[in-house]
Amino acid sequence: MAGVLKNMIKLHDIHKFYRTGDQSLHVLKGVDLHIREGELVSIMGSSGSGKSTLLNILGVLDGFDRGSYVLAGHPVNNLKETEAARLRNKLLGFVFQSFNLLPFKNATENVALPLYYQGVGRKERNYRAERFLDMVGLSDRRSYMPNQLSGGQKQRVAIARALVADPKVILADEPTGQLDSHSTEEIVALLKDIHRRGNTMIIVTHEQDIADQTERQIILKDGVTATTRELAETRAAAS
Amino acid sequence: MLDGLQEILFTLRQNKLRTVLTAFGVFWGIFMLVLLLGAGRGMQNGIYEDFGSDVLDFVIIWTGETSVAYRGMAPGRRIQFRLADIQAVRDQIPGIKVISAERFVDNGTINYQRKNSSSQILGIPDEYFRVKEDVPFNLGRKPNPLDQDEFRKVVVLGSAVADRLFAKGEEPVGQYVRVRDVVMKVVGVFHDKGDRGQNSERVLMPLTTMQKMYGGGETTSNIWLRPEQGVDGFELEKKVLELLKRRHDVSPEDKRGINSFNMAEPATRVNGLFIGINVFIWFVGLGTLMAGIVGISNIMIITVKERTKEIGIRKALGATPGQIVSTLLLESLLVTGVAGYLGLLVGVGLLELVAFGLRSTGAKLPYFLNPSVDFQAAITALFLLVGVGILAGLMPALRAAKITPTEAMRAD
Repeated sequence: MAGVLKNMIKLHDIHKFYRTGDQSLHVLKGVDLHIREGELVSIMGSSGSGKSTLLNILGVLDGFDRGSYVLAGHPVNNLKETEAARLRNKLLGFVFQSFNLLPFKNATENVALPLYYQGVGRKERNYRAERFLDMVGLSDRRSYMPNQLSGGQKQRVAIARALVADPKVILADEPTGQLDSHSTEEIVALLKDIHRRGNTMIIVTHEQDIADQTERQIILKDGVTATTRELAETRAAAS
Repeated sequence: MLDGLQEILFTLRQNKLRTVLTAFGVFWGIFMLVLLLGAGRGMQNGIYEDFGSDVLDFVIIWTGETSVAYRGMAPGRRIQFRLADIQAVRDQIPGIKVISAERFVDNGTINYQRKNSSSQILGIPDEYFRVKEDVPFNLGRKPNPLDQDEFRKVVVLGSAVADRLFAKGEEPVGQYVRVRDVVMKVVGVFHDKGDRGQNSERVLMPLTTMQKMYGGGETTSNIWLRPEQGVDGFELEKKVLELLKRRHDVSPEDKRGINSFNMAEPATRVNGLFIGINVFIWFVGLGTLMAGIVGISNIMIITVKERTKEIGIRKALGATPGQIVSTLLLESLLVTGVAGYLGLLVGVGLLELVAFGLRSTGAKLPYFLNPSVDFQAAITALFLLVGVGILAGLMPALRAAKITPTEAMRAD
């Protein structure tokens, strides 16, 4: 991963309020964040620190009130819903804590879904989906329905789905939050493997031992980025 | 587009219960509406059948013996119309569309080869067919003005008479029959449903021919008339009766000397009944439709609510709000459209089956005949149902498409 590492994500002075009635909650109070291409970064923070909010903003799932955000060269500012959807579809891959697979679609169809919204034909879609299922080690579970899969397997399907559209950034929100320790190890190993193939990845977690395996830990506290800890040794290992 | 359709069909197949419930609501609404409309139409046809082949605005005037002493004349006097009466009515009373004489000779014998029939023989002028304009002539023609002018010996037979005289497959038109010992040519056969088919037991010939063959001079047994468009038939009937009673010195109070019947009277009554029936049908029909609409709306709202999480996931993966809304709407359009069309088909099919059954077994239900459905009304109802179903789905779909993916995914 040598060479010129350009900025993939550039957040500057991001503010976010939540309004409930006449109450206003200031959740993000000026977050600055730079993530370079090919980085594996974790965002840490206790509950209420605003890390979910930050992830939603990073994922163009939610807007913000003040500041600027540039994602892979695209300014993300007051986007229309349709444009936001396009950006998500083209640039981002999501891995959620609760997997978020569609229960009535089998593994292949779930993985192929982002390609459907890109207008890729059915055959091509399923072919590519199967390739990614092979990559995450589920070649024998292609036509299984989500309720026939274990938690770890579901998360593998979700990871394949996040990768299938060849995104610029992969966002993982507590990807091991609902998994046992064995599956957790497997999933973390898989995510690291995917990062090694050149993907930029952001993992939101509150588990220190997962964060320890990333190149950089961003710690969010009271709505601002408190510390950034570079882990030289993992960085060295990655490059 | 095709891919989108496949995606929708797949979703529908994977959510069978939801699909079946929605579809059944639409199916049932349309099905019941079609049956209702069909039954109403069957009733209407059945009642109209009772009117036979008559137009609904005729007046017939006939004579009898006077029952009231008048101008020094004792009751019991026999009144006889003359053709001059018709001329007088025509000249003096405006608003008459048609006026026609009708003279009959009871129980004339008609022979053809070895068969014979005893039938009422009517002498009629050409105008007569403008009163009886709805009577179908299945074979041959009506008597025409040339027959009248040239006193031709031609005759038209009621279908019952023709059936009696001629064997099956034999062509009556062009044959010669003997009518009260005068040989006459058959030029046509008619079928009059009036009087439970007894009107088809008659034989008609030109009035002029009858006058020449059987005498009787310038008399007529009955007078038929029809008012002009927009003229009150009851008012006209009163004026004509007044004039005729004056001409024949019959007391205005005398109901026997000269009497009349106005078809408009039962027609008005029956029309009132139909308005009642129609109001009822539409009331129940709209009720059914409303129930269907409410049902579909409910299912649509629940469907969208139930799918909030799915919508959130799809949005996170890059579905635009437009794609979400159009997929949801196309889905409901497909379900309601297909189900509604099926309801229409099954309803119409059932009606046709009943109609076919009644026809082929010859069974006669009182006041029920040939149920059929006003197709346009059914199609309108279908479009209404589908349209409202979609509108009902549109609101929650738009709302669902607007909330952020994270919020939607959090919903359970």
